[in-house]
Amino acid sequence: MTGTLAPDTLTGAPLTIGGRSFRSRLMVGTGKYRTNGDMVRAIEASGAEIVTVAVRRVDLDRTKEEGVLYHLSPDQYFLLANTAGCYSADEAVRYARLGREAGFNDFVKLEVIGDRETLLPDTEGLLAAARTLVREGFQVLAYTNDDLITALRLEDAGCAAVMPLASPIGSGLGLVNPFSIRTIKRRLSAPVIVDAGVGTASDACVTMEQGVDGILMNTALAEAQDPVAMARAMGLAVEAGRLAYLAGRMPRREVAMPSSPVRGMLE
Amino acid sequence: MSELTVTVNGKTRRVPGPATLLDLLAHLGLDPRTVVVERNREIVRRVRLGETMVAEGDSIELVHFVGGG
Repeated sequence: MTGTLAPDTLTGAPLTIGGRSFRSRLMVGTGKYRTNGDMVRAIEASGAEIVTVAVRRVDLDRTKEEGVLYHLSPDQYFLLANTAGCYSADEAVRYARLGREAGFNDFVKLEVIGDRETLLPDTEGLLAAARTLVREGFQVLAYTNDDLITALRLEDAGCAAVMPLASPIGSGLGLVNPFSIRTIKRRLSAPVIVDAGVGTASDACVTMEQGVDGILMNTALAEAQDPVAMARAMGLAVEAGRLAYLAGRMPRREVAMPSSPVRGMLE
Repeated sequence: MSELTVTVNGKTRRVPGPATLLDLLAHLGLDPRTVVVERNREIVRRVRLGETMVAEGDSIELVHFVGGG
């Protein structure tokens, strides 16, 4: 045995965000599943502990069964309220406060969206909202683009984690800029969780191989033909990617190197 | 008993009064443990729902957690 740590010790190192430790480095959303049963089984299969939810008006004309807490137990999962759909700092702060009141912790996944077509973040509004919420005692996990400067400012603002995108929300395009993600991870001390854009297991694996601390995904599971199987695949891919990163890959070379001895060949 | 006109989740409603916010939730068939109440842009904490009176013209938002990413 040449390694310093057994593989299960490596992947088992917990992820700590805002003073809380989590075993799983995969976080999942609860939106867009075809059925609530699919959602519950997929989340279970993913092994995720942190599960995101949105804050919306109660529909007073329909049954109250649409609330996600009728299907997911807050004792079983760490519920992370988001501010999805908010287009200004003020609106995001309002939703964050409502989420904290509805919820079970001080964590918020902060989104301030700047454009309806791309759903890319409004980084100015994001920073303003982050500063306000940190002041109010929130543990802010900030969804941002893959820009180092914004990531550094979010860290300076006191965010508990910075969440750069792999590619736009719901696009499934995978990790389009590994260099930016690696740079952000290298320069920040706060946990870096890649949020949005992962489409399939190989995307998750490649993303984790960049050394980031975790991944948050929703559509890749909800829109898979078999969400439960995809959730299991994503759980394995996140672990595989994490372990490969810790193992340290071989160098890339543009020449072949034989794997078998060149000496000892028959004459 | 009289009636109060209030806006709940963007819609004008006539509700029985006088009423506390807890009464209003009961009138709407909602479990106070699963709903967060915002009255005139201020969150009313769950423990205060039973002592906070609904006033004529109040704007009330009732929210909860739904699926999201």
